[in-house]
Amino acid sequence: MTQDASDAIAEAFTEEWGRIVATLIARTGDWDLAEDCAQQAFAEAVRRWPRDGVPRQPGAWLTTVARNRAIDRLRHEQMKDQRLRAASDLMTAAQPPDDADSLLREDDQSGIVDDRLRLMFTCCHPALPLEGRVALTLRTLAGLTTAEIARAFFVPEATMAKRLVRAKRKIAHARIPYRVPPAHMLPERTGGVLAVLYLLFNEGYKASAGPDLVRTDLCREAIRLARVLSALMPDEPEAAGLLALMLFQHSRRLARVDQDGELVTLEQQDRSRWDRAEIDEAGALLERALARQSAGPYQLQAAIAACHAQSPHADATDWPRIATLYERLLQVMPHPIVALNHAIAVAMADGPDQGLVLVDELEASGELGEYHLLHATRADLLRRLGRGEQARAAYLRALELTTSDAERRFLTRRLEDSAPV
Amino acid sequence: MKYMMFVCVEESTKLTPEESQQIGPDTEAWVAEMDGRGVRLQGNQLAPVTDATTVRVRAGEVVIADGPFTEAKEQIGGFDILECADLDEAIEVASKHPVARYGMLEVRPFVD
Repeated sequence: MTQDASDAIAEAFTEEWGRIVATLIARTGDWDLAEDCAQQAFAEAVRRWPRDGVPRQPGAWLTTVARNRAIDRLRHEQMKDQRLRAASDLMTAAQPPDDADSLLREDDQSGIVDDRLRLMFTCCHPALPLEGRVALTLRTLAGLTTAEIARAFFVPEATMAKRLVRAKRKIAHARIPYRVPPAHMLPERTGGVLAVLYLLFNEGYKASAGPDLVRTDLCREAIRLARVLSALMPDEPEAAGLLALMLFQHSRRLARVDQDGELVTLEQQDRSRWDRAEIDEAGALLERALARQSAGPYQLQAAIAACHAQSPHADATDWPRIATLYERLLQVMPHPIVALNHAIAVAMADGPDQGLVLVDELEASGELGEYHLLHATRADLLRRLGRGEQARAAYLRALELTTSDAERRFLTRRLEDSAPV
Repeated sequence: MKYMMFVCVEESTKLTPEESQQIGPDTEAWVAEMDGRGVRLQGNQLAPVTDATTVRVRAGEVVIADGPFTEAKEQIGGFDILECADLDEAIEVASKHPVARYGMLEVRPFVD
């Protein structure tokens, strides 16, 4: 494929995927149909754009193709009354191709000016279980794959696939509408939207698959949306906390990967390459949020990130404070990954042997047995305790489990460093 | 779209004298409003679970037991069958029911 066409398709996917799927959902009420037809439209673009050239309005082109596919599908199916109506709605629509999009906007009483954020609030219906609505939003609007979402939730892909099916089934059976919520109904959906943005950022920050470790486009978009959200909800300190957290993480992006695309650990990063402006902005945001005295998971994580960001060099890091913050985080977010990070902080504050006790407990609980970073952490602690053989075994296990190329290279280097001389 | 709405109250829930006095008229007002809108097809209050009888057939024998089928703390005190455009409307109708303020409403779609 020509570079132009493939760039245009990649860009259109980032820009248009969610809007196209949302348009078809709003029109047909059928989530699977919407996703399938959007996928087919992109497949069609892959075939035709290199040959015919990139259309002047890629989004409109894709929407039209997807919509026509939906009409065909609905015509060919054994149609029930209701579906017939959906099909005739689509077919008689004399509006421009993005009609449902403008329809969503005419209906709008949410006060959310950003299209993408409004669609996320629409998708995060509180009648769906929290994880289901977050996963569905990531799949439907952000176009993340089921595998990527599964990794974000630390569950097997089959489990995530089932959750998505169950959520879509409830939408169909209980007839959950795809409708922009009015402003007074936004707060009950905010938790879901925050989780969506958080996971979107994480996926970008630490791409779980593929050659690039950092997908900056996802990070920038997540930050942009978090900014819109915290402006929309000035009284929600967790929104400001999430924005601060993202900015702290993002400030390290240049130092995090070296010239060869290799991962650089926090302690070895060149701190002069951290983005000071972002750190200062994040610090101010966090301070204002914490003053409200209701620290939730995002503010606590931001407070931990602040400890790193505001420390002039790695040796000056306040590990006892970080360990305490992780302990508080563990109370509001009892998640094995938080427990793993707590163990790492304890190892730094009180010594690798103390950390190893916690990591071993965690491994024994069985929850993170398939998680490469648990084994990488164990390996690192064993290495620091001078237990080379066991460290090598743990590095090998971590290598087996990682799916990111850059992490694989990093672990291989560590493994070679710990080779017996 | 038809939904069954169960009106549930925890056994231990104690109403203030004021609430006890209001619940009757408030429920009547809710029924009148929802009947008027055409979203409530029918409904009724149920006698307490102490009046319930459970019926099973095991190995061809009818087995009768006194009491409800579940020992849950929450009990179904009544039901309404709703006809709504979608779940959002059903949620809106349920949220206006006076029992929503101290008990809870379960809204479940009919299969057909």
